Amino acid sequence: MDKGLDLRGVTIAKGDRTLISINRQIGPGDVLTIMGPSGSGKSTLLAYLTGTLSTDFRASGQVWLDGHDITHAAPYRRRLGILFQDDLLFPHMSVGANLAFGLRPGGSRAERAARVDAALAEVGLDGFADRDPATLSGGQKARVALMRMLLSEPCALLLDEPFSRLDAELRVQVRDMVFAQAKARALPVLLVTHDAMDRDAAGGDVFLMDDVEAGPDRATARPPG
Amino acid sequence: MNRRRLLPFVPMATLVLMLGPVLAGLWGTILPAFGQLSAAGLHGPSLDPFRMVFATPGIWQSIRLSVTTGLLSALLSLGIVILIFAGWSGTRSFRLLERLLSPFLAVPHAAAAFGLAFLIAPSGWIARLLSPWATGWGRPPDWLIVQDPWGLCMVAGLTLKEMPFLLLMTLAAVGQTDAIRSMAVAQALGYGRVSGWIKTVLPRVYPQIRLPVYVVLAYAMSVVDVAIILGPSTPAPLSVLIVRWMGDPDLALRLRAAAGALVQFGLVVMALGLWRMGEAAVGYFGSMWLYHGKRGRYDLVGRSFGLVLGGISALAILGGLVVLAVWSFAGFWGFPDLLPAELTLTNWTRHSAGIAQALTETALIASAATIISLVLALGCLEAEYRHGLRIGSRGLWLLYLPLVIPQTAFLPGLQTLMLGFGVTSGQGAVILAHVVFVLPYVFLSLGDPFRAWDAKMGVIAAALGAGPDRVLWAVRLPMLLRPVLTAVAVGIAVSVGQYLPTLLIGGGRVATLTTEAVALASGGDRRAIAVYGLMQTGAALIPFALALLVPALVWRNRRGLRHG
Repeated sequence: MDKGLDLRGVTIAKGDRTLISINRQIGPGDVLTIMGPSGSGKSTLLAYLTGTLSTDFRASGQVWLDGHDITHAAPYRRRLGILFQDDLLFPHMSVGANLAFGLRPGGSRAERAARVDAALAEVGLDGFADRDPATLSGGQKARVALMRMLLSEPCALLLDEPFSRLDAELRVQVRDMVFAQAKARALPVLLVTHDAMDRDAAGGDVFLMDDVEAGPDRATARPPG
Repeated sequence: MNRRRLLPFVPMATLVLMLGPVLAGLWGTILPAFGQLSAAGLHGPSLDPFRMVFATPGIWQSIRLSVTTGLLSALLSLGIVILIFAGWSGTRSFRLLERLLSPFLAVPHAAAAFGLAFLIAPSGWIARLLSPWATGWGRPPDWLIVQDPWGLCMVAGLTLKEMPFLLLMTLAAVGQTDAIRSMAVAQALGYGRVSGWIKTVLPRVYPQIRLPVYVVLAYAMSVVDVAIILGPSTPAPLSVLIVRWMGDPDLALRLRAAAGALVQFGLVVMALGLWRMGEAAVGYFGSMWLYHGKRGRYDLVGRSFGLVLGGISALAILGGLVVLAVWSFAGFWGFPDLLPAELTLTNWTRHSAGIAQALTETALIASAATIISLVLALGCLEAEYRHGLRIGSRGLWLLYLPLVIPQTAFLPGLQTLMLGFGVTSGQGAVILAHVVFVLPYVFLSLGDPFRAWDAKMGVIAAALGAGPDRVLWAVRLPMLLRPVLTAVAVGIAVSVGQYLPTLLIGGGRVATLTTEAVALASGGDRRAIAVYGLMQTGAALIPFALALLVPALVWRNRRGLRHG
């Protein structure tokens, strides 16, 4: 079985125009950085990978994850963890409930609570379980979002410029934490960014997007499912 | 059956439930209007029913009343709303007016009409306020203010009630235009507030409020309950005549009612056509006016008019509710005393049994109709989200159709049709008839917030392993708790206020607070009217209070949802 995330001849087009064409393999613990100016279709690729590409686009090729073809799998069965620019914590749930939402089903209530607490402790947020996510600082929110995603036990990580909203100091901190967690879990990582510092920190393979002119990015206009 | 396979059929089912009764009702009107009524052993085609309609004494006056009251109240409410927006948007007075007027959207038409009548009648509060020191009246003057032969009082009542509706619809439309910056540019070019707004913002806003304006026009032309309460009775507006004919035990009179309903339908269609031509004319002369570049000299006049008329409207509805409350507790109350000599609970205890029964019936019908509408609206919106099943740009028209086609045109036909098929009129039928009117409002109220929800929340929830159903129930609906409850409140308010569907489809056997209140109108027992009118208002307003309160309580520790 081939571990890792495998993009086999993935081509996405809108009308007659090809937005991206990529053929890469990301091994466990490796990082592939996709660089390009904003609006160049980076988010389109992520929408395709998560299965939420708008029907305005045409896509061909295959996506394999840990030896399974997930090209046509339902979004919630793909086991691709994703972090966006915004933390997107569910505003109606407490911090702990956000983590429990991500945590795979199974276990008693007490066991689940213990895992949630342990996850919070791991990122230095002991005792935050009952807090309202809206009262957290930007760095704290980013850490909660990261742990929520990791608790869902993804098989690969997609990062959609997740650090660009953080200020410089925090950015380094959060970035190091994300990469360290991915490395520790031997997860393949696909990082989309337009920031050279992110690329250097990731240290892996780099895929440069052409500076093609692209229309308004409506890649995530279609819902999952 | 699997719900996931059911979902794609919800939009179609919704259309059938919403438009089916309208089309069936029109069909059921056309047949008897041309003399075909098998249930009564009558066979057409013949034009006798129309001859009977036009042979009715005073019919032309009735027809004229329908047209003038409708056009006048639509023009007035639209005009006042435009002046309020043009003169005051963005100011503190505007926010005050908006806050004062929006709750009145929920006040049932009948209650607002009774309140107005109790204010301006010769023995009403205003006359008492001015007597005897200013007027010298020791007893109410013998003036016909309420139910005046020109229908002016009815126009006033309709304008009061329709203005808050147009105000809120305009507010939503203005939010989608670049109004603030357009006004800044216009004012920098030397235009006054009013002329600047009318020249730069209105042309973009009007197309978006056109359908609501048509609803107001069609409604005002064919309204029954307000016409019974405030409108003239000899002759009455056409819609009241139709309902009177429908209530006659002689089945042959149904033919005349059906023909009358078709005449009413034709009148509304003609009025809408006339209005459309008016729009074109205003657009034509408006663009010439724009080209002239006049900066507007009557700014202050327009602004003052807007504020004064808006203020009077708000005060009139509020004052009407207060005077209803006073009457409901009034013991002996002689003229020209400002307040009753004694306050008592007798009026309430005397009607408690009737009220309890009517309230139960009202609550049952309103909740059932609202739940059905909410499920269908959510189903349509979710189908649109999951499967891309948009009804399309024409969908909005379909949604407005049951509101633009006059109730008096298709409800009599629906009743006749039910009679023909031997369907018993009653609670169930009334609930389905209410859905026809509740559903569009629930849909309109829920649609924007539902579509505005950040779809990335759904992407991230799916990436965390949540299927579409879990995303809907655990993430989307809880986040949308406030708009969902608001939509429920809107639905209940619409259902509570329905008069004609309850009366006709209920076959006169379903007694809600509204039908009971309107039935009291002719009797003139002010205390009973006040009690029922207040209950009716409460039944419509309390759900709104809950829709505000419940999310605030449930999400009291969730700052991220406080302004959502």
